[in-house]
Amino acid sequence: MDAVAAPQAIDFRTEPARYKHWRIELRDNVAYLIMDVDPNGGLVPGYELKLNSYDLAVDIELHDAVQRLRFEHPEVGAVVLQSGKDNVFSAGANIRMLGQSSHGHKVNFCKFTNETRLAIEDATENSGQTYLCAVNGPAAGGGYELALTAAHIMLIDDRRSSVSLPETPLLAVLPGTGGLTRLTDKRRVRRDLADVFCTTEEGVRGKKAVAWRLVDEAIPPSAWAETVAKRAREAAARSDRPRDEKGITLTRLERREEPHQLHYRYLSVVCEPEKHRATITLRTPTEALPASLEEAVARGDRFWPLALAREFDDAILHLRFNAPELGLWVLRTEGDPAAVLAHDAFLEAHKSHWLMREIRLFLKRVLKRLDVTSRSLIALIEPGSCFAGSLAELAFAADRSVMFAGQRAGDNRSPATLTLGPANFGCYPMGNGLTRLATRFYGEPESLTRAEAAIGQALEADAASELGLVTFAFDEADWDDEIRIMLEERASFSPDALTGMEANLRFAGPETMETRIFGRLTAWQNWIFQRPNAAGAEGALGRYGSGIKPDFDYNRV
Amino acid sequence: MPEGMHVDYDGLIPNNVGLAQDLRVRKALETWHPGYIDWWKEMGPVGFQESLVYLRTAIGVDPTGWAVFDYVKMPEYKWGILLAPKVEGRKIPFGRHKGEPAWQEVPGEYRAMLRRLIVVQGDTEPASVEQQRHLGATAPSLYDLRNLFQVNVEEGRHLWQMVYLLQKYFGADGREEAEALLERRSGDADRPRILGAFNEATPDWLSFFMFTFFTDRDGKMQLEALAQSGFDPLSRSCRFMLTEEAHHMFVGATGVQRILQRTVSAMNEAGIEDPYDVEAVRRLGVIDLPVIQKKLNLHFSLTLDLFGNEISTNAANAFEAGLKGRYREDKLTDDHQLHNATYPVLRCVSGRIVEEQVPALSALNMRLRDDYVREVEAGVARWNQVIAKGNINFKLKLPHVAFNRAIGEFSTIHVDPDGNILDDAAWAARKSEFLPSSDDGAYIADLMKPMFERGRYAGWIAPPRVGIDNKPGDFEYVRIV
Repeated sequence: MDAVAAPQAIDFRTEPARYKHWRIELRDNVAYLIMDVDPNGGLVPGYELKLNSYDLAVDIELHDAVQRLRFEHPEVGAVVLQSGKDNVFSAGANIRMLGQSSHGHKVNFCKFTNETRLAIEDATENSGQTYLCAVNGPAAGGGYELALTAAHIMLIDDRRSSVSLPETPLLAVLPGTGGLTRLTDKRRVRRDLADVFCTTEEGVRGKKAVAWRLVDEAIPPSAWAETVAKRAREAAARSDRPRDEKGITLTRLERREEPHQLHYRYLSVVCEPEKHRATITLRTPTEALPASLEEAVARGDRFWPLALAREFDDAILHLRFNAPELGLWVLRTEGDPAAVLAHDAFLEAHKSHWLMREIRLFLKRVLKRLDVTSRSLIALIEPGSCFAGSLAELAFAADRSVMFAGQRAGDNRSPATLTLGPANFGCYPMGNGLTRLATRFYGEPESLTRAEAAIGQALEADAASELGLVTFAFDEADWDDEIRIMLEERASFSPDALTGMEANLRFAGPETMETRIFGRLTAWQNWIFQRPNAAGAEGALGRYGSGIKPDFDYNRV
Repeated sequence: MPEGMHVDYDGLIPNNVGLAQDLRVRKALETWHPGYIDWWKEMGPVGFQESLVYLRTAIGVDPTGWAVFDYVKMPEYKWGILLAPKVEGRKIPFGRHKGEPAWQEVPGEYRAMLRRLIVVQGDTEPASVEQQRHLGATAPSLYDLRNLFQVNVEEGRHLWQMVYLLQKYFGADGREEAEALLERRSGDADRPRILGAFNEATPDWLSFFMFTFFTDRDGKMQLEALAQSGFDPLSRSCRFMLTEEAHHMFVGATGVQRILQRTVSAMNEAGIEDPYDVEAVRRLGVIDLPVIQKKLNLHFSLTLDLFGNEISTNAANAFEAGLKGRYREDKLTDDHQLHNATYPVLRCVSGRIVEEQVPALSALNMRLRDDYVREVEAGVARWNQVIAKGNINFKLKLPHVAFNRAIGEFSTIHVDPDGNILDDAAWAARKSEFLPSSDDGAYIADLMKPMFERGRYAGWIAPPRVGIDNKPGDFEYVRIV
């Protein structure tokens, strides 16, 4: 199968005019992001998205909306998540969809959903765009998990609407998008109350939900609309986003699909299915650095760092969902390291400008997406490459990096270099809160200090190796064989074992809510998703909706 | 004597559940009692609380003589807890536990589901009292006034039954839910009753009769389904409640019948043959047949919403668990488990109405609804006999099940009463042909003048054929104070 140009490939590119499940209403510097899922608008046939339940199609739109609100609406200081349906907020991920999906799809779906929800929290925390949630009906499972991403949760107190995480009693699985973790880590719900909450199918309503810190306030219907609008205006008033500036437009991302190849303006993917390998090459800009902030803003989504971030994000998602058999990603760069560093410096110089800030935050999220991708990542640092500053993060995100030492006979390009910049020391942290270099040198702080001292130096292979910045350095005599053997060997291991091993090794150091969501929770969830009690013929997911009770194997593992 | 035949009439709360010996539950109920009385005084019938009403009071559970009639002040009515006698050796009749002994205690794994079923059922009982609280002021006769209050006090008593189950079997949660039953208010924006139809107004007596005919009959179907429950106390409770519920539907069926009788007679006397000459008929001070059809359309469609979604996981779960059966489950001859059975259901697919075979377990709501529709069809046929006898060319008709729905498959489309799909504009333009308009409401409201003279009836309704408890026509059913 041609992985890249598969006919039913999932496409993450969308825009509000194409939305089936969400709409955005703007008033008073507030965006109302309204979930109104079209039951017949699922990604594939076989299930109906009733009661604002969702599948990947719904989440692709949410992802797009969250992104657009940041870039296209500098005037929006608060976003209210709410339901467009009477009497229900959201019933969570669609169970029949989960029941009929492959394990791989479920995991990919949960991961993407998690990433979008973290992006929502990132907007509140770093972007001056505070998310509030107006729970105007029952919010169950993923519906409540969506609410949990908001900085302020309002629950309508109509004696009927509840928030709930009914996964365990109802479905024999876990709330898979951070629900458990956010309860204890973000909402600081007491663990025994969380235990009761997570085993009570009908959930918790009104004042009790407030008392248990499941929501921030319970509001009677007669005061509902007014209070929601008021809270949103208050949050918007606290924002540092510029009310009088115009946003940029995120135009439809152009990409050219060829057999086994995918080409964007600054990024290409070449797939070799027989080798289980995709090679991703990122390139430096064709345009000169903008002369001024105004010029950068005028370039909009053509401005290189943003354009590249969008392309890389799309390529990662595309390969994750549509090419699961390509387990090995080779990361390459091409271009002038000075151009990368100049753009980094430009972003740094204008970091308080809303758009430059957004671009850096977006780059941060794309790199995080790479961190949690279940593919072996190998960075190849070759002559002609530009692993400098922000692009050097690719080498530090990779499970291994290999650098070409010296020159090839007949190639008059100068030797490969790796150049550190300030961007490697703060603005693109990983999910664990540390930079990739700090994570890399978790046990050796002196190495981090030495690396910092090398900022700005174009390090050739020996120096980079000496500083511990690359895994191996090979010269022309060894390069071709070593690389071939390394990649072949990697591709031969069990994909499952590699996924687990890489996820363990990538996130050294402290746990954060984010690492707990991706690590602890998804590992458990993915285990449960494989177990007969959930996924077997007599398990809870398969029997859901039939009324027939699942038959559990009561042995604890 | 089977267990549960003896009724203790001595305490504050008449009962046949051994409350005198059950200190914990007695204390809980006695704590709840003042709140109930406060609720009754605040939200029960407006006025008439000091009047003497000729009411039926349940005093036992023997089917041959379970009630007495006497004058009672409503707040002093003997609200009691009466369960049908225990059937020795009763087995769970359906679902995954079929054939196991019926539960006398709540099984832990079904606690939440069972509590929810009881709370939803319980919530409808006080709700209807609240909806009907203003009707006393416009009663068309003492006979009707008494029937209204009979319905009200029995709904109040049914609340007691459900509260007893909550307090006896569901611990602290149950007590909390029992309190909440007194806190919700029909039609209140901030604390509405759970089900939509129970938040609609009952503005006039035609609505009241339609409500008792259509909506109380849904209540009956739900009670019938719960009467099959493997949880024996719920089953026994519902079985006894059903004996009272029959009267409520009688009130509705005969109420509408008497209105039709009066309208047809008045038309005959005035020589009006065209039922659609609404103005002429209204000049007679009676209720025209087209508006009766519209009220029927409204109440039927609102009531269908109470059956829930066409495809329902909750209903399937409750059946599988042995908690809520089908109508007359004990008379059905299939395997009572339905794992492989299918059932035809009308669904809305891409905006069209189609019939699909779906797994029978998921379609239990529809099965109950179909049983319900058969019953109301028979009732409507009896109404039509009255019209036919008067030689008026008009037939009342149930609207299509997709008409005017707020819950389920058809809530996203508009159809006319014949089931033809209408676009938004056509619906808006024709809605008042199908449902009572504000003019219709104003006309009926204008007719609603009280008639409290013994043996006399408002001009828009015929007298009943026989009196309650075989009393003569001029019997003083309510001694108004």
